[in-house]
Amino acid sequence: MAKDRKKIDFKKMEELPPMVMSLRSMAANPTGSWRNLKPVIDLSQCIQCTICWKFCPDAAIDWIDGNPVINMDFCKGCGICAEECPKKCIEMIKEGK
Amino acid sequence: MKKVMMGNHAISYGATLARVQVIAAYPITPQTQVVELLSEIVADQKLKAEFIKVESEHSAMAACIGASSAGARAFTATSAQGLALMHELLHWAAGARLPIVMANINRAMAPPWTIWTDQNDSLSQRDTGWMQIYCQSNQEVLDSVIMAYKVAEKVLMPVMIVLDAFSLSHTYESVDIPDQALVDKYLPAFDYKYKLDVKNPHTYGGLTTPDWYMEFRIKMHEAMEQALVEIKKEAPVFQKVFGRFYDTVDPYMVDDAETVLVTSGTAASTARFAVDQLRAEGKKVGNLRMRVLRPFPFADVRQQLKNAKKIIIVDRDISYGYHGIWAQEVKSALYGHSQVPVFNFIAGLGGRDIFPETYYNIIALVEKKDKPDQELYWVEVKK
Amino acid sequence: MVEIRFHGRGGQGTVIAGKILADAVSKEDKYVQAFPQFGVERRGAPVFAFIRIDEKPIYIRSKIVLPQHVIVVDPSLIDAIDVTEGLKKGGFILINSSRHPDEFQNLGKDFRVFTVDANDIAIRHRLGSKAAPIVNTAILGAVPRIFDFVKLASIVQSVREGVPVNPDENAAAAQEAYDSVIGV
Repeated sequence: MAKDRKKIDFKKMEELPPMVMSLRSMAANPTGSWRNLKPVIDLSQCIQCTICWKFCPDAAIDWIDGNPVINMDFCKGCGICAEECPKKCIEMIKEGK
Repeated sequence: MKKVMMGNHAISYGATLARVQVIAAYPITPQTQVVELLSEIVADQKLKAEFIKVESEHSAMAACIGASSAGARAFTATSAQGLALMHELLHWAAGARLPIVMANINRAMAPPWTIWTDQNDSLSQRDTGWMQIYCQSNQEVLDSVIMAYKVAEKVLMPVMIVLDAFSLSHTYESVDIPDQALVDKYLPAFDYKYKLDVKNPHTYGGLTTPDWYMEFRIKMHEAMEQALVEIKKEAPVFQKVFGRFYDTVDPYMVDDAETVLVTSGTAASTARFAVDQLRAEGKKVGNLRMRVLRPFPFADVRQQLKNAKKIIIVDRDISYGYHGIWAQEVKSALYGHSQVPVFNFIAGLGGRDIFPETYYNIIALVEKKDKPDQELYWVEVKK
Repeated sequence: MVEIRFHGRGGQGTVIAGKILADAVSKEDKYVQAFPQFGVERRGAPVFAFIRIDEKPIYIRSKIVLPQHVIVVDPSLIDAIDVTEGLKKGGFILINSSRHPDEFQNLGKDFRVFTVDANDIAIRHRLGSKAAPIVNTAILGAVPRIFDFVKLASIVQSVREGVPVNPDENAAAAQEAYDSVIGV
């Protein structure tokens, strides 16, 4: 992953594709740094309903070993998961706390 | 195989022969029969394609953009308000370099509400990055759809095939339907280098800073310039396979003509008829039918008009407060290359018929003048 | 070039008649152009269709204002509108009617009138209903009897290929109309 994350920098016109397209998967372009609120899941209350996973607009929630896990490389902190969680077990807390 | 068909069905057969894979369209008079027949052809499994019924023209173009991005040969057809509703996505299709082909049946813009022909709908989309090809017969319509994919897929720019409402769309004439095997040989399957591929993911259309935006625009412009080269190159290739020749412009008796009519669409066809009658009276008149609006054929226009003493541009459209749109285009191409007086006439808006007599009247008026004394002249309007 | 105008009412198949005639003419390697009146068609309202036939390619694409001949698919239009409007001197008028051409002298001396009882032919061949017979194929059968630009065989073939149902009955109606034109 790390080597994929080097900045794409065109030097010449020939390097540029005809239309605006990334040269590789946008997995190489982490956007987690945009976040100022981060979701924290209380797994003791989680009923594994997958609603947070379905609603995340950035597909930044992975399903690992039967539980939701937030991918902080891509979560922008929108809070939709917390809003939609039927058990209200996702809390949005300030970054850096 | 020869078959008598309406212009709209010529489009459907053209798309079928081109083996389009996705058709997304919303019906609008006078385009309806295009998609009606295509939906039947797809339902009868004579064409292996996905027919997507959508809720608007905006969605139709969105679906074509999605399909084309995935590497499918995509097709749609519309008219007037429908084309206007697509406007945002016309820019998107061209900017994303998707070789979509669309037929637009020229219908005048409302209000006042109308279904009849003029060219303001398509000409208003001049700057969206779509090639535009204006046809004068049902045969040309069918052939142009096939040629359009060839050129579009070479340069990765979309094409709009344009034809007049009713005077082509609903007019029956004999059309030669080429053999599928010949078309397959002429137009190979679409192999899109930049297609969406889950195994090799990319993101498309992302934010581009001022550092690079212009470079994408240069690439589009260069693609359009290349498209002109390809259109010229395809003309003899197409002729060799199918026996019919289509250039950027279609000159008729212009070489020794003192006065040249510059026209387009079915009005150009009638102008050709009028030229024969005027020649019979000894008048040295010719007709230059404009076929391709974008990419604009500067060299051909200058070459064909170089011997004229007077040039008359007949527009079935108007840019309010300026000239007819073809007049702007042609005058601009001549600037610095010609001192010949250029007369601009506006005729046939909203489906008003353009008769041979219309041209006789225009010629009679121009004969009396050394140079235009008005920016434009309205033809056959109420006093 | 021959230019003909059809008069009918919306729903009678007047435009289809033009298309089938175009198809028949095209089978004989002539150039042809058929088009409806470019309007909003309503069932029952008077409609027009036009056809141009030539030995060489047809470039003129404006409406036909001065037809050489006229075909009246619906006889009730004779009293409703002027079917001779713009009709050139010496033009033929083919009318779907049980009456004799002499009874149409009010149309003027400049034209020659022919009649064919297409309603009766269509009803006997069970085309459409008694109240609303579909007469367009019968009318077409009369065309090669009075004009020389198309043969009956081409008409019959195009009728067979051009009708959605009952090709045999439609073809028989065209043949019978050919045989029963009055005024030839």
